[in-house]
Amino acid sequence: MSNVLRIILQRLALGLLTLFVVSVVIFAAVNLLPGDFAQVILGQGATPQAVESIRRDLGLDQPVVLRYFDWLGGALTGDLGTSFAQANFASFVGEGAARGTTVMQQIAPRFANTMFLAGVTALIAVPFAVGLGILAALYRNTAFDKGANVFALTSISSPEFFLAYVLILFLAVLNPILPSLSNIYAGMGLGERLERTLLPALTLTLVVTAHMMRMTRAAIINLLASPYIEMARLKGMSPMRVIVKHALPNALAPIINVIAINLAYLITGVVVVEVVFVYPGIGQLFVDSVKIRDIPVVQACCLIFAAAYILLNLVADILSILSNPRLRHPK
Amino acid sequence: MTTLLGFLGVLAALLVAAFAARAAGQRTSNAYLRDMTFAGAFGWMLLLAALAGGVYLYAFVDGAVFFRWAVQFFAVAAVAAFLFRLAGRSVGTEATKKGFRQMPLTASFGLLTILLYALTAILAPLLAPYGQSEVVGTVNMLPGGDPATGGDPAHPLGTDQIGRDLLSRLIYGAQNTVGIAFATTCIAFFVGGALGFLAATIGGWFDNILSRAVDVLMAIPSLIFALLLMTIASAWAGNQQWQLTLYMIFIIALIDSTRVFRLARAVGQNIVVMDYIEAAKLRGEGLSYLIFREILPNATAPLLAEFGLRFCFVFLTIAALSFLGVGIQPPLADWGTMVRDLAQFINFAAFSPLAAALPLMAAGAIALLTVAVNFVVDWVLHRSSGLKD
Repeated sequence: MSNVLRIILQRLALGLLTLFVVSVVIFAAVNLLPGDFAQVILGQGATPQAVESIRRDLGLDQPVVLRYFDWLGGALTGDLGTSFAQANFASFVGEGAARGTTVMQQIAPRFANTMFLAGVTALIAVPFAVGLGILAALYRNTAFDKGANVFALTSISSPEFFLAYVLILFLAVLNPILPSLSNIYAGMGLGERLERTLLPALTLTLVVTAHMMRMTRAAIINLLASPYIEMARLKGMSPMRVIVKHALPNALAPIINVIAINLAYLITGVVVVEVVFVYPGIGQLFVDSVKIRDIPVVQACCLIFAAAYILLNLVADILSILSNPRLRHPK
Repeated sequence: MTTLLGFLGVLAALLVAAFAARAAGQRTSNAYLRDMTFAGAFGWMLLLAALAGGVYLYAFVDGAVFFRWAVQFFAVAAVAAFLFRLAGRSVGTEATKKGFRQMPLTASFGLLTILLYALTAILAPLLAPYGQSEVVGTVNMLPGGDPATGGDPAHPLGTDQIGRDLLSRLIYGAQNTVGIAFATTCIAFFVGGALGFLAATIGGWFDNILSRAVDVLMAIPSLIFALLLMTIASAWAGNQQWQLTLYMIFIIALIDSTRVFRLARAVGQNIVVMDYIEAAKLRGEGLSYLIFREILPNATAPLLAEFGLRFCFVFLTIAALSFLGVGIQPPLADWGTMVRDLAQFINFAAFSPLAAALPLMAAGAIALLTVAVNFVVDWVLHRSSGLKD
């Protein structure tokens, strides 16, 4: 057991190191901006005096390394700074540039919304994909398998917005079953919230199902040639029972791995889908901030996306170690 | 609620029908019908019900315009792919004829589609009736070319929000979107492939530094990283729109070259341990000879398949960026941007199906090409690996 614990701790440390390096990359990339934040905030109307005062307010007169650790320390304690748009607004109203709504206050509710969307998607997509994969393995090389394969290939290859608009066309415009805009606000009932989240969740399901299904099918088919499967078949078990009771538990490791990786992929897919459905999540905030070059928000969102991505990949890594005895006890 | 009840009712009817069909089949002497499982019978019933529903929708329901178009598109695509394969079997060299003989219909459809896209992209200035940024008509003209509904036969797909001909923009989109994606993939392959092979051949600290750098870059989701870098690029470019497009090409090429590097390095490492490489090294051959004459020819098959898949990813990333408004910039016609600009037309589906189809046409053009490339790559991988299942 201590062996497993050591491996997990090793992976965790590696994940933390990766996250640290990624934060350096994000910070360094942003510091490639021509001029500095102060000029970006003020735009065309920058007088040397105003630039100087904003530089002082944001601490831009400090050396880069110091600023990085300042930012990192802030990020760790939940202080991600103030967005430029908010700072601009605050200075217009007459407060100091460093006040106004903080990035943290902007992100927190949206982060919860995005997690809700990802959770609903996972709840629909994982059983659907694994079930479809098992069926495809059971009826391999039949019309059903080939149909499922073509469906998978098509939905992998389509851009998210294509799937989103096709769903909108059929489920919202031609047959008004679901709302096409996900207008979500705080204090909404769960039922209504679910109804408005369903269409983006269905789109994301189509995006991630294909890969999970194909991997489930491949993992199960890989095992079907093993002697114990043949034994089970010779005992006269039904094909469904052979697959569910004998093949599936042994195929669990690659399936769990691919589920975690696909949930990580959801993080990228969520950006486009949130924009299509005007879903008030973190992806939409990210895109809006990219367009108006609101650096603190972009930086913070980027860090959150990267952290979630690294975390999910880490979970996939650890789960696949735990479920495989050969990796659990390396020679 | 009624939809759900209807669905459950159809499901129950299918189950009963499957049970009855199986019971009837067990009385016959036909081995296939007699030994059919319940699930198999249910599958056949499902297929029959889907066919019946499809025929009913196609022939009797007036509102199912989109379904009718989809069926017609599939029929035309299947026939075209079949004819293309037939033509390929009788024209060309012995090697290509053999390839066409073993080709599945999906792969021949993919090849035909890629060919048509390439032709459209190259001949866009000849095919398109108007220029891509030429303002030619009244704004937001309805598609269909019927003067009674405010259309114009000169603009079969209507015009966009500032009066540019949509058909021309769709055709020019092939040139811009596909061309830019292709150029980006080429750059990514050149950089990633060269560095990957170098890392595999030289090894040591060179390999270590590059691999760790690539690990870090790959730890950030690609679309997120692209958006972050585009923010910075947009500050660099200022109001120079074409510069921003140029930066985008380099940014996406950089991000995707990390993936190519991984593959090229892995493939290269498998090759450099071969005896013939050892022999070449002992002969005193230089680095360039090793890479171009020994490694590259042996790595062509996986790299070609990767080129197809990488092109799909790059193409989809560029389309997504353009759709979000930070990709290919306005004066150039581009499918991702067109989807965003035309998206609101989808709400008029009940009144003018053709207008609602406009954003789907641009998005579908993207989807169709990636599907086609995937079909071809699937076939190439299947053939080169000799897999049967």
